[in-house]
Amino acid sequence: MNIQDLRPEKHLTVVTLALGTQTLAVPAGMLREILDPLPVTRVPGAGAFVPGVVNVRGSVVPLADLKQALSIPDEGHDHRQRIMVLEVQLLGEAATVAIQADAVHEVTTIDTAVIEALPTTAHAWPPEFLTGLYRGSAGFVLLPNLTQIFSTLATRPQAAAL
Amino acid sequence: MTDDMAAIFREELRDLLESLERGLLDLKARPDDMGLVNQVFRDLHTVKGSGAMFGFTDLAAFIHEFETGFDRIRSGAIPVGAEIVRLALAAKDEIPGLVDGLPDPDGRRPAILAALRGLMTGVAPAVEVEAVMAGSDAATAEGRRLLFRLIGPSLAMGARPEIVLDELRGLGATDIQADITEVPSLDRLDSEQCHIGWTMTVPAEVTEAQVEEVFLFTDAEWTLASHAADDMGARADAVEAVVTEAVIETLAAVPMAAPSAAAKPIASREDRGETPAPQAGATIRVPAERLDALMDAVGELVIVEARLTELARQNRDPALMTTAEQITRLAAGLRDATMTMRMVPLRSLVGRFRRLVLDLSDSLGKPIEFAVLGEDTELDKTVIEKLADPLVHILRNAIDHGMETQDERAASDKGRMGLIELSAQHAGAEVLIRVRDDGRGINPDRIRAKAVAQGMISADAQLTENQIFALIFEPGFSTAEAVTELSGRGVGMDVVRRTIESLRGSIEVESKLGQGTSVTLRLPLTLAIIEGLLIEVAGERYTLPMASVQEIVELPADKVMPKRSGDFLDIRGRFVPFLRLRTLFEGAGEAPAEQNVVIVMSGENRVGIVVDRIIGTNQTVIKQMSKLHAGVRAVSGATILGDGSVALILDVAHLVSMGRVPGEPNPATREVAA
Repeated sequence: MNIQDLRPEKHLTVVTLALGTQTLAVPAGMLREILDPLPVTRVPGAGAFVPGVVNVRGSVVPLADLKQALSIPDEGHDHRQRIMVLEVQLLGEAATVAIQADAVHEVTTIDTAVIEALPTTAHAWPPEFLTGLYRGSAGFVLLPNLTQIFSTLATRPQAAAL
Repeated sequence: MTDDMAAIFREELRDLLESLERGLLDLKARPDDMGLVNQVFRDLHTVKGSGAMFGFTDLAAFIHEFETGFDRIRSGAIPVGAEIVRLALAAKDEIPGLVDGLPDPDGRRPAILAALRGLMTGVAPAVEVEAVMAGSDAATAEGRRLLFRLIGPSLAMGARPEIVLDELRGLGATDIQADITEVPSLDRLDSEQCHIGWTMTVPAEVTEAQVEEVFLFTDAEWTLASHAADDMGARADAVEAVVTEAVIETLAAVPMAAPSAAAKPIASREDRGETPAPQAGATIRVPAERLDALMDAVGELVIVEARLTELARQNRDPALMTTAEQITRLAAGLRDATMTMRMVPLRSLVGRFRRLVLDLSDSLGKPIEFAVLGEDTELDKTVIEKLADPLVHILRNAIDHGMETQDERAASDKGRMGLIELSAQHAGAEVLIRVRDDGRGINPDRIRAKAVAQGMISADAQLTENQIFALIFEPGFSTAEAVTELSGRGVGMDVVRRTIESLRGSIEVESKLGQGTSVTLRLPLTLAIIEGLLIEVAGERYTLPMASVQEIVELPADKVMPKRSGDFLDIRGRFVPFLRLRTLFEGAGEAPAEQNVVIVMSGENRVGIVVDRIIGTNQTVIKQMSKLHAGVRAVSGATILGDGSVALILDVAHLVSMGRVPGEPNPATREVAA
């Protein structure tokens, strides 16, 4: 999803979540459910981006750590930690993935006109992974480009030994 | 016609076409087998009959000519030739298009029919003339008496006797009389049936084929005989030879006034009794999606059952434990029954392979005998479906590149006819499928040189012959001069291997230069549920497919500390390399004092896997790993345990390949062995 793709729609309903000190917004249409923390099974050799899998109602779903993909520092987590189950496009096919959220805030509708493209300089975020950002009540809110992030993760070369 | 009925017809048609193709291909090999001719005739007849019944009139008309042709073969009027088999195969390929109402822009269908007529007239004119002569001889100018009667619930099916009568008038029928002897009293009158029969005189020159044409789309019994009563016996024979779909009876044998309505349908059913219809009572058709849904439900049940057993164990309530045990037994039975339902014999694929071999053998001018062994071997339907493309690829390679030309074969003392053998057999929880040819074989030196040139292996790498052959499955190997050797056209054997591995199977090549090549696929019986051995390493649980587990031994005390290289176990005098899962998976913490080694086997190779603890066996419902984990080759899937947590299923073939080249630092070689 690119910022141009958002323009034709006047409004966008998003769910906001916290990763470390950063607030992110994910289109509400992608969200399937929000779960309390689950036992995570580590996948050896899978790397830090998608380190494990969880059991979501009988399905084995990969659990991604977006902090790694977006270079957001880990600040630890507390009782507000949740797992968000999302439907994303993975190499052209619908897939269910889960992401860790340090907290889930709210569902809100934003005016697409307020979404700005990323400034081209002076930020640490990988530009291809972000659709844009907007000014929320408590600072910047990032809109991650989840399709791009997951497709990149699915095609990246992995540890050869395992 | 409802969509349901059309769907049933299409379903039936698929089987019929498969049977037809198989029959035709067999017929090409054994042209004198009258049983095969009969089978082909029956299949054609059923396609035509059902097609007409379901309203596919174009199809019925198209097939009719072939049916007539094979009927002549049946009666011995013309011999089976390669040309008619070729035409019939081409016609068979047109049938799905006819059913789907697809146009025929290239005019293939008329061309096929024209060629068929050419064949028929090319051989048959003498017979035709003879028949006409005989007819006019016997029947003289008086003409012959025709009797017909619509059978079954014909009126309900929309039969129009008046149209049939009009058509018969068009043939010159005169003296048409209704036979109302069969009309029952009013209270027993069945409005769906036509109780009236008709008799008429048709001119002597009208042939049986012309009459048959009239009744093409009508379920009717009809008889054609001459007035001359003393001629009856001879005539009946002649008629029977041509008209087989209707019940034949001479007027002399059964008085016209008393054709038993009850006897006729039975006779007609017997006549068709050789078609697959008798099995209908014992088999039901179920859409594949419903079986998939059932399998999913059984999978969930097995997971819940594991959870229940776990709870019962913690609870220690005897009544609960008994119930849990019963559920376990029932779930296992249900699982086995469901999996059996999903089993499909390899035969369902073989027809298309025969066709491929025949076509390739024709187009490349390499005569080939294609032998199939164990085509009744059953595999899960998902496996069968995914197996088609890899096998086509392997067969194509064998014929295109493995098989020598006729001249080369002659020069090397081999028979002119090449042999390709496709065999399937059960081996434990696996099925072995092997494609063997007696062609030129693969030259390991050339493969090796090629791999060195491409930088896939180092020039001094020590590789066994098997490892060298495994190189042809590497991505990018099938290029340039390798095309002449085995693989071709850029898309190579790496795609084949990937597909087979996605089925949790493995692939091996053996070859003797000058004597032939054999490619062996090892496939699991099922993809859905396996028996697993649950193990624990560094507090994490993993499952190993039980089918691959050979034995479990204790790790000898002198092997507890990892050495720099050469970790082997002595299993009854044989050296088995082993892997420490804790090290491999970077598990946390210290290894316990006592560890176990699970010896697993894949192909001909064994490897020991050092684990902290054996937990036990369990039913393992296999869940696919996400594409996000596609690169993790040590894991082939995941399963959900009784406590709801996920355990990963280890890919034994990959682990074995890692143990196969111990202490070999070259990652390329390790990759090769995979």
